[in-house]
Amino acid sequence: MAIEVLMPALSPTMEKGNLTKWVKKEGDTVKSGDVLAEIETDKATMEVEAVDEGILGKILVPEGAQDVAVNTPIATILADGEDANAAPAPAAKAAESAPSPVTAAAPVAPVSPAPSAVAAPPQVTVQPDPEVPAGTEFVTQTVREALRDAMAEEMRRDGDVFVMGEEVAEYQGAYKITQGLLQEFGARRVIDTPITEHGFAGVGVGAAMAGLKPIVEFMTFNFAMQAIDQIINSAAKTLYMSGGQVHCSIVFRGPNGAAARVAAQHSQDYTAWYSNVPGLKVIAPYSAADAKGLLKAAIRDPNPIIFLENEILYGHSFEVPKLDDYVLPIGKARIARSGKDVTIVSFSIGMTYALKAAEELAKQGIEAEVIDLRTIRPMDVDAIVTSVKKTGRCVTVEEGWPQSGIGAEIAAQLMDKAFDFLDAPVLRVTGKDVPMPYAANLEKLALPSVAEVIEAVKAVTYK
Amino acid sequence: MAAKKTSPRTAVPSGPVPFTKDQDLEAYREMLLIRRFEEKAGQMYGMGLIGGFCHLYIGQEAVVVGMQMAMKPGDQVITGYRDHGHMLSTGMDAKGVMAELTGRRGGLSKGKGGSMHMFSIEKQFFGGHGIVGAQVSLGTGLAFADRYRENGNVSVTYFGDGAANQGQVYESFNMAELWKLPVVYVIENNKYAMGTAVSRASAQQDFSKRGTSFNIPGEQVDGMDVQAVKAAGERALAFAREGNGPYILEMQTYRYRGHSMSDPAKYRSKEEVQKMRTEHDPIEQVRTRLLDGHKVTEDDLKKIDADVREIVNAAADFASSDPEPDVAELYTDILR
Repeated sequence: MAIEVLMPALSPTMEKGNLTKWVKKEGDTVKSGDVLAEIETDKATMEVEAVDEGILGKILVPEGAQDVAVNTPIATILADGEDANAAPAPAAKAAESAPSPVTAAAPVAPVSPAPSAVAAPPQVTVQPDPEVPAGTEFVTQTVREALRDAMAEEMRRDGDVFVMGEEVAEYQGAYKITQGLLQEFGARRVIDTPITEHGFAGVGVGAAMAGLKPIVEFMTFNFAMQAIDQIINSAAKTLYMSGGQVHCSIVFRGPNGAAARVAAQHSQDYTAWYSNVPGLKVIAPYSAADAKGLLKAAIRDPNPIIFLENEILYGHSFEVPKLDDYVLPIGKARIARSGKDVTIVSFSIGMTYALKAAEELAKQGIEAEVIDLRTIRPMDVDAIVTSVKKTGRCVTVEEGWPQSGIGAEIAAQLMDKAFDFLDAPVLRVTGKDVPMPYAANLEKLALPSVAEVIEAVKAVTYK
Repeated sequence: MAAKKTSPRTAVPSGPVPFTKDQDLEAYREMLLIRRFEEKAGQMYGMGLIGGFCHLYIGQEAVVVGMQMAMKPGDQVITGYRDHGHMLSTGMDAKGVMAELTGRRGGLSKGKGGSMHMFSIEKQFFGGHGIVGAQVSLGTGLAFADRYRENGNVSVTYFGDGAANQGQVYESFNMAELWKLPVVYVIENNKYAMGTAVSRASAQQDFSKRGTSFNIPGEQVDGMDVQAVKAAGERALAFAREGNGPYILEMQTYRYRGHSMSDPAKYRSKEEVQKMRTEHDPIEQVRTRLLDGHKVTEDDLKKIDADVREIVNAAADFASSDPEPDVAELYTDILR
């Protein structure tokens, strides 16, 4: 049966083109890959190559034809011994079963199946924190120690877990988070990398694709900007792009946000950046207990995790339950302080401002409920909404920049889910909209303050 | 170190061992499958069945087929966006690949990845990556996992002459050599990074030397000759498998088609393309050997041609009739 040659599209947006020249004549023998004709659009000239073999039968669209619609038959190809006037078969078997007529000028639109389910984000229920058994001993630990213990416990538990990064092994960690790990686990599992963030992030993601569970330490998240392509394009998207086949169980961790007097390039909060990306989970703990329980959960999680620590919090001490395996749920906020007058939502070091402000406010007769998000993505919006339904007011606190920040997201969520319960606009207390200055006085101004939180709470409570 | 003394970089590579009849038949069939598949993909793109970008591998078939003939089961493959040939050579199902190109539910990524993003754990194929050069660090990470597990596998990491100018390639080279990772870097030098000739983009145009400052041995290979590719692949894989670290193979190859479907290829002459096609075509070389050397008949080859065409037509049929993904798939596979 004769086969039709169709006017091809050069791009998904092309609808028609000019047939400038026939390279083959009727009766010529044609092999796969032979140039049959030349076509042009306003952008380009291209050759039409034969896919099928045989003899060029009839030229249906002559040289010089203008505005030939895509998918119009332009010639027929005959099998050996076939008559040029034989009725042509549809262009290719592909076209025969194509869902739309092959003569359609627009790109062929495939049949959409009847929706078997409404496309909606899945609702995920996160279990609450495990009960700490009565009588459990609590030990005072710094966040630094809690993070180290979490890694060590998980490395003892699973031989596929390893840690890599700059100065994590011999130097014992630039901020001493990996102290002692080299001695216990050896150089095979505690790996000093060259200063090469983009490269070692990619190596970590590749190892995770092969089934290992890397903990990639960035000396600070400021340096992870060199690696953000691997984090987002490779780690976060691969599960989706592979239709669920290839996953990346990997933790990217390190200090995030401002330290002290290190200026703009070393003082940036990336929470909102990573929070924007589907395929990532983003954790930013405040207390040592949360740091430990959530880092252990992060290492076990089969997804890519951004674990944002804070340099100033590393040395802060908290009570940590002395349990063999203290693992916390990812995606669950914690009520750090109960109150009825206003909800203050924060995370990481923002909690220091939030809690101090709540203390001061209590002295003035305002009972603030303080929510520690702990996980930023997936965000425990229910916890915020539940609280705001009680208080009717909300103030958010973060060190990051205001535009498109975490506070902006919370405000939008409350507009959507608790509008009728709000008695005042949601106010954000954030880092100022400036690069971090070096001078001590300016740096202080650029960061949020307890006074600003108190002021915002008074504004929303009309006090 | 001992390994370096015997490095094939300094040894004079012996000529490739001529293929047996069966090897030539295998190479012919595998290369033809890629070519016919790509021609069909080009046709289906022209019909509007394939969207977005579509980068065809026509002309470069000997590279992946020769490398695959040198590899062992368990060795991993990773590449960039011109990936259909790599997938077919690892044995991934033509139907699944074509249905992914058309964005259907039977595609290897359920229609959610497209031409540049397909994977197969079963065949140890790790993509299919659309960010130029990203696969080099990832492939180095696959090798890291091989060394960590001491499983004797090698990561075959493909990239082009364009990607060879990305910074993370050299970050990866450094770590691969530092840690003696089992990785073979296959640089497919097809002379053009999109529309930019190698001479306009590369200070060092001998890509086999791109690892020199890291002490990574490398060699230039006639990437249009499947025998030469397999022989070089075997040397490189053995070197990496024995714990000597990475190895670079610059495959000198050529793509007949444009960078992508919408590339008019004004940056090179038709004569240049025609010369490569008539004088160096990888499939024609094997075909000539089969007919003249191995005394295979035209009819035998026609039968292979027909078999291959049937596979490709079946793939095209499936890829055009298979339904689009269920709308519920929009929100699946984001997190595990």
